[in-house]
Amino acid sequence: MCGIVGLFLKDKALEPKLGAMLSEMLVSLSDRGPDSAGIAIYGAASGNEAKITVQSPKPERDFRGLDIELAKAIGAPVGVAVKSTHAVIRTTPDKVDAAREALQSLRPDIRIMGAGEAVEIYKEVGLPEAVVDRFDVRSMTGTHGIGHTRMATESAVTRMGAHPFSTGADQCLVHNGSLSNHNNVRRELIRDGMTFETENDTEVAAAYLSNRMAHGKNLGEALEGTLSDLDGFFTFVVGTKNGFGVVRDPIACKPAVMAETDQYVAFGSEYRALTKLPGIDNARVWEPEPATVYFWEH
Amino acid sequence: MPATTMSKAEREQGHARVFDLSEHSLRELNQALHKLAPGSNETAWEVLNPKGSHSVAVGVDQPVTIDVRGSVGYYCAGMNDGAAITVHGSAGPGVGENMMSGSIVIKGDASQYAGATGRGGLLVIEGNASSRCGISMKGIDIVVHGNIGHMSAFMAQSGNLVVLGDAGDALGDSIYEARLFVRGKVESLGADCIAKEMRPEHIELLQGLLDKAGVTGVKASEFKRYGSARKLYNFNIDNADAY
Repeated sequence: MCGIVGLFLKDKALEPKLGAMLSEMLVSLSDRGPDSAGIAIYGAASGNEAKITVQSPKPERDFRGLDIELAKAIGAPVGVAVKSTHAVIRTTPDKVDAAREALQSLRPDIRIMGAGEAVEIYKEVGLPEAVVDRFDVRSMTGTHGIGHTRMATESAVTRMGAHPFSTGADQCLVHNGSLSNHNNVRRELIRDGMTFETENDTEVAAAYLSNRMAHGKNLGEALEGTLSDLDGFFTFVVGTKNGFGVVRDPIACKPAVMAETDQYVAFGSEYRALTKLPGIDNARVWEPEPATVYFWEH
Repeated sequence: MPATTMSKAEREQGHARVFDLSEHSLRELNQALHKLAPGSNETAWEVLNPKGSHSVAVGVDQPVTIDVRGSVGYYCAGMNDGAAITVHGSAGPGVGENMMSGSIVIKGDASQYAGATGRGGLLVIEGNASSRCGISMKGIDIVVHGNIGHMSAFMAQSGNLVVLGDAGDALGDSIYEARLFVRGKVESLGADCIAKEMRPEHIELLQGLLDKAGVTGVKASEFKRYGSARKLYNFNIDNADAY
């Protein structure tokens, strides 16, 4: 099964409530997937700061003194904000690659959840309620976000197998479904220089989109490509620095409902996820068409 | 779709038993409906605040009226046997699955496999229905005011599917003896499904269905009929490519 949600705000007045709204949407779909949950929130990008969200199995050990050691290793200022098992590392945009490399030797057990100017990604094993509480997602502000609650089918129930998957700067993806040609596509992407953290099918979809966009496609064109190049069942919801997209495979057996008002565009696996959004009773509510790309950009 | 609610006075006047799903559990509602004995005086029910709940009013087997004020999730009114159920909103996947008799009216849209495997009764969708509408239908009548999605009436065995708008890809794939009437365009026909002549008995049948579904301003003669070419009933090696 799995449950997925997405929320793209048009009205700036709602931005302080993004985390609360998205959390509410995700928690309402808890019975679609109790294994793990995750959320990606896009805050305002300042242009002179990059964020790397990292996770550690031993946060007390790994995050202690990390700011000072990392700053020394990359020769740039570093801030570390710890949230439970995750931490958001802030540095200058030109030092992201150096920081990734330095982290490998300074803290070999740390895993990178995602990086970019706007995105922060939090994911853990457990129910959505526990995950959003653990990371205090309800208090987060932002422009758009996506979330996922997982019922695992294609790979193990682990933190690294939880969604969203991020395979490029400020890019991430959540997926309901299962891909059948992910091993082939993964091999092709590896030949083209992409790297993978897991055996998970969804990570392949995320990497496919990152790869297409690295080759100059926009989000819409990259999503269009999934229809011919990925085989299997999928409803994808995708976030980029300033955009939000949705696509379903041509069979479209994985459920999807969308709602749009002057204030937001929202996606839910089911209508239940949308019932508490402001103005939902008068929103345009529809089921996205199969094999049709929808995307919005700020 | 806004949930319209009657005033308290209106409800009392109509003697409807009101069930508010923000105060009572879905199980309480369905158990109360299942306890209805033949000849019960509780013939009118109203369900408030469904908010996308699954399985609202499934398995009702008494001739009562149920008005659901708002949108519902999966499997609403499944296995209905005799009740007249109206959803004043939209319905999630599998609405009216395996209906036996009675009627279901959806004022908004319906998601995938509406009326799947239905054996009898009438399902009316006043908005659009998405994919697989009427899949494996076995005697149900379905009237859709808007459009239907792909793979509708797949392996449909009997009954009638009436569509005032357009039909998606692969309509009636591997169909048996169900009759399909489409007023708009058909994206494509599935294997063994062909356009057929509208004879007077079909016009009469269709007009009866339109009347029953409360459709006005539309003539039966505006529809085209589709049905089985009857070439795939039994396996024949010469037809292997068509399966």
